[in-house]
Amino acid sequence: MEALGLLLHGFAVLLTWKTLVLMMVGLVLGIFVGVLPGLGGPNGVAILLPLTFTMDPTSAIVMLSCIYWGALFGGAITSILFNIPGEAWSVATTFDGYPMAQQGRAAEALTAAFTSSFIGSLVAVLLITFLAPMISSFALKFGPPEFFAVYLLTFCSFVGLGREAKHKTVISMSLGLLLAGIGMDTVSGNLRMTFGSSELLRGINFLVAVIGLFGISEILLTMEERLALRGHAASISLRVVLSVWKDLPKYWVTLLRSSFIGCWLGITPGGAIAASFMGYNLAKRFSKDPESFGKGRIEGVFAPETAAHASGTAALLPMLALGIPGSGTAAILLGGLMVWGLNPGPLLFVEHKDFVWGLIASMYLGNVVGLVLVLTTVPIFASILRVPFAAVAPMIVVSCAIGAYAIENAMFDIWLMLGFGVVGYVFKKIGIPLAPFTLALVLGNRAEDAFRLSMIGAGGDLKVFWSNGLVGSITTLAIVLLFWPAVDGLLSRLGWTKQTKRSSP
Amino acid sequence: MQILVKAVGVAAALSLSAPALAGWEPSKPVEIVVAAGAGGASDQMARMMQAAIQKNNLMKQPIVVSLKGGASGAEALMYMKSSEGDPNKVLIAYSLIYMLPLSAKIPFNWRELTPVSVIALDQFVLWDNSAGPRTVKEFVAAAKAASAPFKMGGTGSKREDHVLTVFLEQKTGAKFSYLPYKSGGEAATQLVGNHTESNVNNPSENLEVWRAGQVRPLCVFDKERISYTSKVTETQSWADIPTCKEEGVDVQYLMLRAMFLPGKVTAEQQAFYVELFHKVTQTAEYKDYMEKQALKPIFLTGKDMVQFLEEDDAVNKSLMTEAGFVAK
Repeated sequence: MEALGLLLHGFAVLLTWKTLVLMMVGLVLGIFVGVLPGLGGPNGVAILLPLTFTMDPTSAIVMLSCIYWGALFGGAITSILFNIPGEAWSVATTFDGYPMAQQGRAAEALTAAFTSSFIGSLVAVLLITFLAPMISSFALKFGPPEFFAVYLLTFCSFVGLGREAKHKTVISMSLGLLLAGIGMDTVSGNLRMTFGSSELLRGINFLVAVIGLFGISEILLTMEERLALRGHAASISLRVVLSVWKDLPKYWVTLLRSSFIGCWLGITPGGAIAASFMGYNLAKRFSKDPESFGKGRIEGVFAPETAAHASGTAALLPMLALGIPGSGTAAILLGGLMVWGLNPGPLLFVEHKDFVWGLIASMYLGNVVGLVLVLTTVPIFASILRVPFAAVAPMIVVSCAIGAYAIENAMFDIWLMLGFGVVGYVFKKIGIPLAPFTLALVLGNRAEDAFRLSMIGAGGDLKVFWSNGLVGSITTLAIVLLFWPAVDGLLSRLGWTKQTKRSSP
Repeated sequence: MQILVKAVGVAAALSLSAPALAGWEPSKPVEIVVAAGAGGASDQMARMMQAAIQKNNLMKQPIVVSLKGGASGAEALMYMKSSEGDPNKVLIAYSLIYMLPLSAKIPFNWRELTPVSVIALDQFVLWDNSAGPRTVKEFVAAAKAASAPFKMGGTGSKREDHVLTVFLEQKTGAKFSYLPYKSGGEAATQLVGNHTESNVNNPSENLEVWRAGQVRPLCVFDKERISYTSKVTETQSWADIPTCKEEGVDVQYLMLRAMFLPGKVTAEQQAFYVELFHKVTQTAEYKDYMEKQALKPIFLTGKDMVQFLEEDDAVNKSLMTEAGFVAK
């Protein structure tokens, strides 16, 4: 029950007018970026991060995480009304959400999406509340080999479990690792790959890279596709909301299953995108009437939205407790923590209780406030899409440039951001995933340092990664995940996973 | 009456400031540039000075702390170098100004900056886990007897902590594996978690874990004991820690904490900051901070400072050369 006491303490930290106002501002900004195609969670958080540099860490993270919740909510609006997923994880929501809107049931679909988002995050927050103290209790067991094993696990699971072609994930990750090596090397104390440039001394800031890779490249793509925005009018009346909520208990199996998938994929770095597809596919597979999916079935909105939100929320747990982000947005929040002088990782829970429990409490409050906010503001946000893209795009580009400049007050970073924009555009065109690149840029340095410190400590003996139960099991799991497709194939040949094989599309 | 009081006040302020400042004052917010990450010793010191200046109204313009800890602090050095002639930036420097150009061939020389004042000297202490050996002698004996070398945690590579480790090896004959962490805080928690056997952190970096009873100070690398006698833990004060020399290991090292302006600023501008930081050292905030972090008080400026820097540079250079850390 220690968790409950700490949680109440967290609420006490949080319940000030200032924090509540920041929360509302964050949610509104988040919904706004979620609705706009080309922005979205990771970009929104990345661009708005410098705004929070002058705040105290608790206020800053509350505001940023609220932007994150807002973006998660907002992504559903465009998917349903316009068939444009504002976020990659909202793609699955369009399958049944848009047909519902076409049938004039937009309000019903939106209510379903918001409600299931709320349920998904609630389940994940409950998980975080009760798992977090356990994780912090073995915090001190983490030395360099343990840290390296965890990073290895993250990298391996991206390769082994990702939906993209393995070689493309590896290419993307290797490029990220290469760029992460630029700048001062802590272990040897020497400069690497700076080519005499003092701009490159400090290395490549991953936020600059992220803004370019995601934000700028998405604008380039959208321009190329001459995106036309056409949408359905929507308003939500209390009657519709109540009728959807009344039917909710009928779908408890779907909601529970999607929550579970979301939590699992959020903690392992599968991410919200994979979770939303998996949630949708499983709901369809286990339905008595799979044919009706894709034609406007409300369950087809419940399933992906619950999973996406559970995953987006659960992704914060490994970030806080182990310093490993479970999603792109979590990776950016991780960078934010470092800027505010908080060292994410096992000791965060020991050294910065106020911050951690303030954040967890903000997840509860943020979701409740967010639900009310989205239900009441749908018509306003839907009107954003009537603004021509030609007017929105320059605004997005300018905000990206300001974001990149503000991180270090360096003009060089704006050029770097534009360069990454082009890189991101090319990567998207040739189908190289961006997430492994970002991940490698964020964790590359830490993984390398942890590995080399382990080697110095162990006199170069690789057996150190199996030297105790903790590090041994993480390393082994990492290697199993790296070769997961092969392992999975072997298992199915032995007839263990026939069920899964047959039913996948 | 009120007007008169105000006029007298202004006159007094003018007469006080006139001789030293010759009229120059910053017209923009002043930036304290920190060559280290957030929460480190330099950052804490910069924030103390920010608070001292603002609370005591020592300057009209606001003061901001700007963290430039990239590339182990090289970012801050290059930033100062490229801000030539800008009197609104002050660097809070430490021994990296001598060491970084030697080890990483950073094109930087502290003589290109304008020295303002040396404001403190920082100590180094040999620490081990509170479950480890109790004295320096036991510690050295255990390190020699160990089958694998003892692990020594520290901040960065080829820097103060690393140099101290090399000299500790030379004087004791024990071997250590030096593990360079990103910050002193990390080195502290790794020692608590028993992933290293010891570290040579500054007092401020290990203060909290010492108070929590998780680490033990073995000896201080100075020729005399730390002067602060009020209790820090239940039983011990900083003054209770023996010097390493007393314990038979004659290794000494003190690190400067000094303020610099960029190059090519005017004499009036330099004089303003000399006066400003002199006033800072008179404040209660500064004195509290010095005692809490067990820093050695010192105030040098002008010729004395330059002479100190030249000597200190020579000492650091010979240590770095002897340790084999100078890049070819």
